[in-house]
Amino acid sequence: MSRVALVTGAGRGIGRAIAGNLAGLGHRVAVNDLTADAAAATVAAVEAAGGEAVAAGADVTDEAAVAKMFEEVADRLGPVEILVNNAGITRDNLVLRMSPDDWDAVLNTNLRAVYLCTRAALRSMLKARWGRIVSISSVSGLRGNAGQANYAAAKAGLIGFTKTVAKEVGSRNVTVNAVAPGFIETEMTAELPASVREALLPAISLGRFGTPQDVASAVGYLASDSASYITGQVIVVDGGLAL
Amino acid sequence: MERPEIEKKLVELLVDELGIDSESITMDATFEEDLEVDSLGVVELLMALEDTFGVKIPDEEAEAISTVGEAVDLVMQKLGG
Repeated sequence: MSRVALVTGAGRGIGRAIAGNLAGLGHRVAVNDLTADAAAATVAAVEAAGGEAVAAGADVTDEAAVAKMFEEVADRLGPVEILVNNAGITRDNLVLRMSPDDWDAVLNTNLRAVYLCTRAALRSMLKARWGRIVSISSVSGLRGNAGQANYAAAKAGLIGFTKTVAKEVGSRNVTVNAVAPGFIETEMTAELPASVREALLPAISLGRFGTPQDVASAVGYLASDSASYITGQVIVVDGGLAL
Repeated sequence: MERPEIEKKLVELLVDELGIDSESITMDATFEEDLEVDSLGVVELLMALEDTFGVKIPDEEAEAISTVGEAVDLVMQKLGG
């Protein structure tokens, strides 16, 4: 069944793969990104693959911009039925050297935006008695990761949010889950020094970094009718990481 | 807006938004016990009221409502009637 999906931060990396995968499953996808060019590039890639997508540019940390984006998507594609909270940034530093600005920026994009978009999406989902919300967490939020106190706090917070909202809206047939990727080949992890990458590999059971498609497949499953009895869960997609 | 019109719209919202049987709705009926509306249902109803009548209902005023008639009173008051 074709549904309307909105993926935040879908201009590149994991978000782009999620948008492409959902479109490949036959859904109509709204591609959100802060950068208009990046969103347009994902839309073009989806269309080239025969899928249906529209760009939905907005700063997802801005309440008014989020409300406007959901209205525009509803006008163009219909009410959002699948929301993927993927937009995320890193501002890594050891906590002793971490500035309040770096803390706030990461918490705003990685956690506040999840709350704003989820709240905006829920209304039509509750009314329709069907909805799927999938938020992208991280193994950093499950295990902690030196240099990422802000990112880990946001990604762990997202899990508590997910479990809580799952309880609040479960009676309306809306499921709320999280996917926690491990080390995935993206521009974000490409910034890791080669020595760090080499040191990580032996700790990954499958012996490789994951691909954005590995994460997108898990999201596609949680967004499907097949996953209708799964809610409040965190699916870890980390290749068997044992740090 | 006259009271009967507000009552009629409220009943429509209860039927359409919350799937309540119109025959069980009276002005004395309580949302939580008589109509078995759960806490999320109350929130859905409040949002629908705000949209339908173009009013803002703060949480503290919403919490004071327990019957259908009281909801009509509140909307009347908000509309300056």
